[in-house]
Amino acid sequence: MAADIAGTAVRTSRVTRAIIYAALLFFAFYYMLPLYVMVVNSVKPLEEIRGGNMLALPQQFTIAPWLSAWSTAQIGVQPTGLQPYFLNSILIVVPAVAVSTILGALNGYVLTKWRFPGANIVFGMMLLACFIPFQIVLIPMARILGLLGLAGTIYGLILVHVVYGLGFTTLFFRNYYEAFPTELVKAAQIDGARFFQIFRRILLPSSGPIIVVTVIWQFTNVWNDFLFGASFAGFDSMPITVALNNLVNSSTGVKEYNVHFAGALMAALPTLIVYIVSGRYFVRGLMAGAVKG
Amino acid sequence: MAFLEIEGLTKRFGTTEVLKGIDLAIEEGGFLVLVGPSGCGKSTLLNTIAGLETVTDGEIRIAGRRVNELHPSKRDIAMVFQSYALYPNMTVAGNIAFGMEMRGVAKAERDAAIARVAEVLQIRHLLDRRPSQLSGGQRQRVAMGRALVRDPQIFLFDEPLSNLDAKLRIDMRTEIKRLHHAMGRTMVYVTHDQIEAMTLATRIAVLKDGVLQQFGTPAEIYNEPVNVFVADFMGSPAMNLVPAKGRQEGNRSLLALTRADEPDLLLGLTGPSMRIAAENRDVLIGIRPEAITDADGADRNSKHIVEAECLVEVVEPAGADTYVVTRLGGREVIARMRSDARILPGERVPFAFNMEKAVFFDPVSEARVA
Repeated sequence: MAADIAGTAVRTSRVTRAIIYAALLFFAFYYMLPLYVMVVNSVKPLEEIRGGNMLALPQQFTIAPWLSAWSTAQIGVQPTGLQPYFLNSILIVVPAVAVSTILGALNGYVLTKWRFPGANIVFGMMLLACFIPFQIVLIPMARILGLLGLAGTIYGLILVHVVYGLGFTTLFFRNYYEAFPTELVKAAQIDGARFFQIFRRILLPSSGPIIVVTVIWQFTNVWNDFLFGASFAGFDSMPITVALNNLVNSSTGVKEYNVHFAGALMAALPTLIVYIVSGRYFVRGLMAGAVKG
Repeated sequence: MAFLEIEGLTKRFGTTEVLKGIDLAIEEGGFLVLVGPSGCGKSTLLNTIAGLETVTDGEIRIAGRRVNELHPSKRDIAMVFQSYALYPNMTVAGNIAFGMEMRGVAKAERDAAIARVAEVLQIRHLLDRRPSQLSGGQRQRVAMGRALVRDPQIFLFDEPLSNLDAKLRIDMRTEIKRLHHAMGRTMVYVTHDQIEAMTLATRIAVLKDGVLQQFGTPAEIYNEPVNVFVADFMGSPAMNLVPAKGRQEGNRSLLALTRADEPDLLLGLTGPSMRIAAENRDVLIGIRPEAITDADGADRNSKHIVEAECLVEVVEPAGADTYVVTRLGGREVIARMRSDARILPGERVPFAFNMEKAVFFDPVSEARVA
């Protein structure tokens, strides 16, 4: 009798398990398919794609589309490839992520450990910034960038992304530091550490997980941004997302699908790498705020 | 002149007043314990002394100098926190040295100081570890080390033992007392544990709802509580508090305690408490369990022992003593008898009341009347 029950239990769990694995495999396949198509077609000569079978492996392997997308493809009117715009994106993303993360950390530190009257209202207002749709700020932002003389420059885009990211980075750090024991700050005060010393020596070394979360979040958002790039960038300060659009949508000549695939992969690669390298910290960091311990 | 003086200290958070005009003073080398139930303001009081909370009104002086406006690091204090507050990203040595590093003490001098403190607290083998690799007792020691290395004028302790298990707590209590004797420094110690307060203090301040109830030596607090709250809070098991009424019979001053199905228990009064009888007054009599004993175990030095037979309700042997519960004035009354006294529940046995140790409170205002 007991053995029967045990047998059933094992059999049920095996069936369930098989179903779960089948479902997981199906979805993994479903999600990997577009990536597969992009990778496969970015290393085929154009004739093979025209031949019709997008799913087939390349008969003749070539990296020419990648080279072309990188340095010679026609972007708008210039045959520069994505190279200069890739550089633009890096020049925008790195300072924007760094500055918004540092400011967010400082905000979180002040909002939790140096509370002032109305701290929660200030925090609430900063949170609101997370909910403002991009489109609403386009025109006021353009006006401000104009007044500051930053319209059409990389600095202008950095400013836009820092301001827009601040709500999120503050939210992340505030919630993380909220759980950080205040007694440590008090102990450091008695030890004679001042505002920035406490921040740098006590809080920052314990902020690894939340820094990773914030950096990933900001990096992906800023790198993938199209609207701000398209609205505020000059011709020389275009980020790669806008350049990719120009590459793919160019209306003259032959549609070089293999080059387009290579260009799209190129634009997606940095975020992919960031996720693969630090994805596990991302999950860990997100959980850290939710459940203590 | 006292070393640490607190005068008219008031602290408000918005409209709630958490400290209401506290006056305290402790001599140099004294051990002041702030004790009270949770939410009484004792930790806030300690934080104002440390400078971690601002003062709404009143003054704090250390060695005659007003410190209200001084930054915590400038008050020459060290503090041990309930959670130990060890910096998680630093080693034990780094934790101990952090304060000196902030004050710009040279590396060689810091290392010498760490070595000295590690020797005193026997934590030399832990110096390279991180706080997360230490047990509770070890963390406690490191927290003490961080305070000791500073060699401050005043040590502040915020419930430092409440996270330890019972045995370790008693060991560390003894250790703190030993350190206090060895160093002769002034210490201020917050606890909700009245036994810790009794064993460590040279002066105890009992707080309730932000008001200082009583300030005195442990013996004063224990034997001469000024009100029902202090009487009830200090001592374990708690002081027996029983409603009673004064009664004059000829020239005998008596106190009557009602009993169920029996005539009142009459206890003779002497000294200043005799006027309770003359005034026919309702009081609460407070008498500690150890002042109610079996007849043979009564204090031979006491001039005023009253013996009376009472009905035993419960007997609780506790090893060294046996607690015997009876019922007087509608309340449970605990007597502390010798463990070899043969007593069974339901028996009537003689209880010896040491009336010299009895105190009397007004039942309404709860203040001491005699």
